[in-house]
Amino acid sequence: MTQKTVLVADDEENIVVSLEFLLRQLGCAVKVARDGDEAIAMIREHRPDLVLLDVMMPARSGYEVCQMLRDDPALRQTPVIMLTAKGREAEIARGRAVGADVYVTKPFSTRELSARIRGMLDLPEA
Amino acid sequence: MSTLPVATVLAVSLAYLGLLFVIALLVERRIERGRQLVRSPTIYALSLAVYCTSWTFFGSVGVAATQGIGFLPIYLGPTLMALLWPTLMVKCLRIAKRDRITTIADFIASRYGKRRGLAALVALICVIGVLPYLALQLKAVAAGFTLLTSGSASMRGGLFGDTALVITLVMAAFTIMFGTRHLDASERHEGLVAAIAFESVVKLCAFLAVGLFACFVLFDGPAVLFAEAAAHPRLSALWRFETSAGGWFDWSVLILLSMAAVTLLPRQFQVAVVENVDEAHVRRATWQFPLYLLTINLFVLPLACAGVLLIGPALAADDYVLGLPMQSGHPYLALLVFIGGTSAATGMIIVETTALATMISNDLVLPGLLHRAYAADLGRLLLLIRRGAILIVALLGYLYFRYAGEARSLVSIGLISFAAVAQLAPAFFGGLYWRLGTRSGAYAGLLAGFVVWGYTLLLPSASHSGWLPAQWLIEGPLGIVWLRPQALFGMDGVTAITHGVFWSLLANAAAYVGVSLATRADAQESAQAALFVGALQRDAERPIPLWRGGVALPELRALLVRILGEARAQAALEAYRNRHGGRVDDNDPGLLQHVESVLAGAIGSASARTLVASIAREAPLGLEEVMHILDEASQVLHYSRALSARTRELRDANRRLQELDQLKDEFMSTVTHELRTPLTSIRAFSEILADNPALDPDERARYLGIIIRETERLTRLINQVLDFARLEQGEAQWRIEPVALGAAIGDAAASVRQLFDDAGVALEVGPVPDDWWVRADADRLQQVLLNLLGNALKFAPPRRGRVEVSATRDGASVCVAVDDNGPGVAAQDVETVFEKFRQSGSNLTAKPQGTGLGLPISRHIVERFGGRIWVQPRSGGGASFRFTLPLEESA
Repeated sequence: MTQKTVLVADDEENIVVSLEFLLRQLGCAVKVARDGDEAIAMIREHRPDLVLLDVMMPARSGYEVCQMLRDDPALRQTPVIMLTAKGREAEIARGRAVGADVYVTKPFSTRELSARIRGMLDLPEA
Repeated sequence: MSTLPVATVLAVSLAYLGLLFVIALLVERRIERGRQLVRSPTIYALSLAVYCTSWTFFGSVGVAATQGIGFLPIYLGPTLMALLWPTLMVKCLRIAKRDRITTIADFIASRYGKRRGLAALVALICVIGVLPYLALQLKAVAAGFTLLTSGSASMRGGLFGDTALVITLVMAAFTIMFGTRHLDASERHEGLVAAIAFESVVKLCAFLAVGLFACFVLFDGPAVLFAEAAAHPRLSALWRFETSAGGWFDWSVLILLSMAAVTLLPRQFQVAVVENVDEAHVRRATWQFPLYLLTINLFVLPLACAGVLLIGPALAADDYVLGLPMQSGHPYLALLVFIGGTSAATGMIIVETTALATMISNDLVLPGLLHRAYAADLGRLLLLIRRGAILIVALLGYLYFRYAGEARSLVSIGLISFAAVAQLAPAFFGGLYWRLGTRSGAYAGLLAGFVVWGYTLLLPSASHSGWLPAQWLIEGPLGIVWLRPQALFGMDGVTAITHGVFWSLLANAAAYVGVSLATRADAQESAQAALFVGALQRDAERPIPLWRGGVALPELRALLVRILGEARAQAALEAYRNRHGGRVDDNDPGLLQHVESVLAGAIGSASARTLVASIAREAPLGLEEVMHILDEASQVLHYSRALSARTRELRDANRRLQELDQLKDEFMSTVTHELRTPLTSIRAFSEILADNPALDPDERARYLGIIIRETERLTRLINQVLDFARLEQGEAQWRIEPVALGAAIGDAAASVRQLFDDAGVALEVGPVPDDWWVRADADRLQQVLLNLLGNALKFAPPRRGRVEVSATRDGASVCVAVDDNGPGVAAQDVETVFEKFRQSGSNLTAKPQGTGLGLPISRHIVERFGGRIWVQPRSGGGASFRFTLPLEESA
């Protein structure tokens, strides 16, 4: 089975470090983008199997990145997990509207997030 | 002559007065029941027609019959004045509404610093000056009554005298019922105004009726009437301008005199300014009032001609209007005419005595009471005083009529009053348009004018009535010819009134201007001068603080609560607190000013000032006594005007609350977002550490380090939120003292130097002279400097970053600049970066670095020090954050 590639797009250094740790534990290759523009470029370049997308990023918000992803026929199928510190109903609805598969509110449970990633990437139980 | 029985005339007259009272009562009932009567501009214009008294009704015809068109200037003046109303009257209305002016005396005193002395002088001039005018009304009604019931106008005799006295007492009783139902004089008398407007219609209709009767019943149309008159040798001479009494000079003086009178007469000021409900009504009155004057004068000449032709010397010319229908056998038309004339007189007497009584009680009696410690119910006493004043003024008018006025024509009596009231003109108009006019100038002008008025007009009038020897009129006092009261400095060939008006107004204006230029206004006076002269500019509405000292907060609070009630007092203090950075201290002069203006809204400006003054300075009057008067006055809150103001207040408060609520929502949303970010890291790494006990020690240490740092960040954030909340609510503690600026900057730089070195950013501090001391709280100043330095470090590019701190002196303040060579702040963000949780970039995409509260907190602190903070682009890229601080004076 080939190694899965996951893109993490977040500008908060420590959160990126924690996500990298969790993904490596799951046996994934991790790519990191620090803002929305970089995220789009890297998605085009690396064709990741999953994107972890923070909503509040410089240059381009996670909503915009997700919308562009869904508008691009080549990338439309890429699963997206939105991470956000904004937990209100309206924001979750907006995440759904732009086509995020899963919407996770910060602070998140690492176990739950790992389980979801595993499910989405069809990874075996650890 | 066909006459009517006394009982009939008496019954009809009393029935008419009763009708007026019912009208007034019905209107007030409607208002009390909350049904705001739509006051039309026409009612306003009709109430202004209280200008037309029995002088107009009976006297104009008298003048026309003896002096031709000499009756006209008295109506041309007001017509000209009406043209100026759209600016002049509107200005007066704005001022009167802002200061809650209740009388012309209050108005003038307010302009020159709200002093009781000046108000008392103006009140005195008004009372003395207007007495002859009141006498004129009594004389007209008494004469009419006698003529109508006896057929002769015998001017002396027991019955005639008694009639006048009875009329005086009836009018006084009527006025007391109308004008003093409540204590608060600034309250409008809607019922009274409605009755006055009705009277104006009645007197106009009655006069038109008798005019038409003369033209078409007594003669075959006006053409025939005038043809016959032209053939009459005495009448034809009167019609030509050059032969009628007075030349151009007399005319000009009379026009000016009546222009002043229509503005300054206490009753005109009452209906035009105090009773006005809507500024927009002035526009309609500008043409309706002159139209009314024109209409009521239409038949003056025909009636005068008819009188001379048909009655001639058998009756006094003033009696022609009544005499014509009587002589031709139409007693009931004569009764209608009498009712019209009584209407004209009643309207004048009611409004004039109401206005005068307010002046007497507020400006002459109340100041004396305020300085004595009366424990009794002052409020009720005041009402009694006002009622007593009405009775006394009416009786004084009667005495004047009885002993000085019987022998004179209506118009010559009235003109003496006009001349007295015209003495207010320099102080009034000067006060509205000339900022340099001072209180001393106003005193000097009023006194000089009043003295000359008394000498040239009042004393000769007394001499004519036999109360003084007439000899001195001809020879001059002590035989000094150039001091003859009716020919000062040899001025001859003009009427006595022209002569008196000329000299009194000349002395008045000269003294006003001269003394004003020679004296200086004190602070309060200058402030009022600025407010009056600039009343049409919007920014003039802001009050200027005038109190030097302050009063303990609980005392002011008690005063407010007693008058406004707990809730509104609280709201008033709250409003002040919000406007002044959340602080209300004892002895704050600004707060005193605020309390005065709030009180003025309820009880009028002059009383408010007296009350605040009484607890602010020497406090001769204990708080308890002050409260006592106020209990009565606080009733005003129950009336409609206050209610509508309250509705507006509530609407504003509600809107403010909604805005605050939305702001609070945004704040909460941003705060929780900021809290979630470090919490996310802490939770993630805690769980990683818990789930992976076999992590290698380096990794473990790294993750624990992150948890610790994020915990610190969380703590810092919470502290800043709390600090910010304290600053916003004004609960922060401050210790403002002289702080050495150079040392403060040095301390701040030293404590961040290590962070800069770690990031490879250069930090340079420019020289600051040792003797630059600023007034600040040292810890808070550190906070501002550290915030700005931390900010600069965050945005300066790593490795090649460069931050410079410098201070420059600019007059009495010093400007501190923290410059970086980072990306700079976009033009649209230079304001928003100082708002909470907003850093550069849009709300959504920019991740705030740090807490986002540093700059808002810095702004609070700097503004508390009396400086300002801002950001500007730096030449060559980067941002320059700057703030100013006041330099310590003794530096």
